[in-house]
Amino acid sequence: MALVGSGVLVGMGVVFKTFLETYPWGRVLLRMVGIQSANGITTIEYPDVKQQHAERFRYFPFLVYDQTPENLRCVACKICEQECPPACIHIVGPAKDAQGRPMKANGRTFPVEFDIDTSICMSCRICVDVCPFDAIEMDNDYELSSTERLHGMVHDKQRLLKPAEYFRKIKPSEASVVDARLDAKKAKAAAPPAAPPAPAA
Amino acid sequence: MILSLDQVFVSGRAALLQMAGRVLPPVLMPWLSILMTIVVIAALAPAVMMYLTLIERKLLARMQNRLGPTRVGVYGLLQPLADGLKMLIKEDLVPRGADPLVHLLAPIMAVVPAILLFAVIPFGRNMAPANLNVGLLYFLAVSSVSSYAIFMGAWASRSKFPVIGAMRAVAQIISYEVPGVLSVVALMMVTGTMSLVGIVEAQRDQWFIATPWGFVGGVILFLSGIAEVNRTPFDMPEAESELVGGFHTEYSGMKFALWYMAEFLEAFMVCAITVTCFLGGWHGPAIPFWTLGLLLSVIFGTATRMWWPARAVLTLALLGATVVFGTQPIPSWAWFTLKTYALVFVLVWLRGTFPRLRVDQLMGLAWKFLLPMALVNVLAAGVWVLYRRPVLGPLTAGTLASTVMLVAAYAIFVRLNRPAPLERRTYLLAD
Repeated sequence: MALVGSGVLVGMGVVFKTFLETYPWGRVLLRMVGIQSANGITTIEYPDVKQQHAERFRYFPFLVYDQTPENLRCVACKICEQECPPACIHIVGPAKDAQGRPMKANGRTFPVEFDIDTSICMSCRICVDVCPFDAIEMDNDYELSSTERLHGMVHDKQRLLKPAEYFRKIKPSEASVVDARLDAKKAKAAAPPAAPPAPAA
Repeated sequence: MILSLDQVFVSGRAALLQMAGRVLPPVLMPWLSILMTIVVIAALAPAVMMYLTLIERKLLARMQNRLGPTRVGVYGLLQPLADGLKMLIKEDLVPRGADPLVHLLAPIMAVVPAILLFAVIPFGRNMAPANLNVGLLYFLAVSSVSSYAIFMGAWASRSKFPVIGAMRAVAQIISYEVPGVLSVVALMMVTGTMSLVGIVEAQRDQWFIATPWGFVGGVILFLSGIAEVNRTPFDMPEAESELVGGFHTEYSGMKFALWYMAEFLEAFMVCAITVTCFLGGWHGPAIPFWTLGLLLSVIFGTATRMWWPARAVLTLALLGATVVFGTQPIPSWAWFTLKTYALVFVLVWLRGTFPRLRVDQLMGLAWKFLLPMALVNVLAAGVWVLYRRPVLGPLTAGTLASTVMLVAAYAIFVRLNRPAPLERRTYLLAD
């Protein structure tokens, strides 16, 4: 029969080992008595050190443009605005000229205003899934706090625009899929129209 | 003549008094002497308390794989000041229907005894603020005042959680005082004195923790002390998960800080009295000072996060002290501080290890285990004193007999305390 009360000492020993593991000299001591141990500290001191997050980590959407900010992929179709569950997207557009005809830049219509409210967005990525033009993607920047309640929290078009290069940098594997899809679409558009069906003989 | 490091505070005080004696009439001198002691204690107590909170948070964090406070000052060293400032500027809420006067008096009444306890502790050789001949009795009497304060505060709050907490606290404090007091009865029998200075002097050759009755008595005194100051694992009175905050639920701001101060000072005093009574007080092995001086200067010298001029000054000062006082033994006040903080570490260690006891387990431990053990311990101490003839090498007959008695008593009380096996019931309809 084990001595009554020895369980108490065993428990205290476990705690003391955990305590020593958090200090470099403690780990040296533990190694000297033959106990292997890793660094016990699990705290990441956030503003100084940032946690490594997975590539698919997402936080907030942004608008993708190719080469120049005028060349944005969004055509102001408003599908994302309709589909957004918490309704945090607000789009005015597509831009029209004085006669009421839609204006085009680089062969596409474009939004006049495109706002997303950080305080409402729930990071669900539905806007990315529904976008037929791959114009909106999820960013992994999570430091969006602001000291100003209204204009600091609502991100306007200028703030949302980010180059496709940035997307390729933060999410390489997702971007390669998107790029392949866009290239296929472009190739299809550029290819000469398929031969008209043979006239009925 | 080179200054004795051991007596540096004593001679510093004497020098200050001598300087004041040149300008002040001799009638005032005793009063000035008393005032100086009071000022030192009044300054020391809050500082001790503030840094105890930091020590506890840091150590507990390390036991839970965390870092603890690191943001305010280097290594979080200014965290207690930030906490104090926060407490001072917080709103002081008094519940409607509460008794405002008693509500205000209770935390004060909790802090004052805790500070009064400092008066009799011998912090070093010739360094007891007051050498009372009934120091031990004074300590026990003053430390038990806190139960009144707790009940006053809880009752004045007019709220159910504090009252439940305070009822638990009072029951617990009264229960644990009995084995606590009985464990020092053995001490009084052996030393023949109740003066804490005398008790420390009696441990010149052998710390009492090294005797069988001293070991048991020390453990009982420490455990009942922890229970009396309501610390984990005996923190039933302020069990956060069931009572919100226990007796201090309705307190905020500086009054709440005073409750905390009382609690931490009493915890410190539990460690101090255990060190004084059983761990040899300010006695320590005669190790030359340069070991401690070098160790401390290495610690400060390698503290890389510290502002480098402060680091350099501290390290150089310590090295200087090492050179000047190197051959003297480590001072008595350093031993006392070292041992007390080692026990503080044990307190935090216990808190980091054990979950809270149930009420019946708490009361069972006090009345069914610690109390009979303390009674047997009194007998064992008597046997130890009576038979001092060495029989087996350096071991005396008393040592052997009392060890056997205590081990047998431990085994018997453990067996008696085993929970009764529940009778197996069968429920016809349920089966």
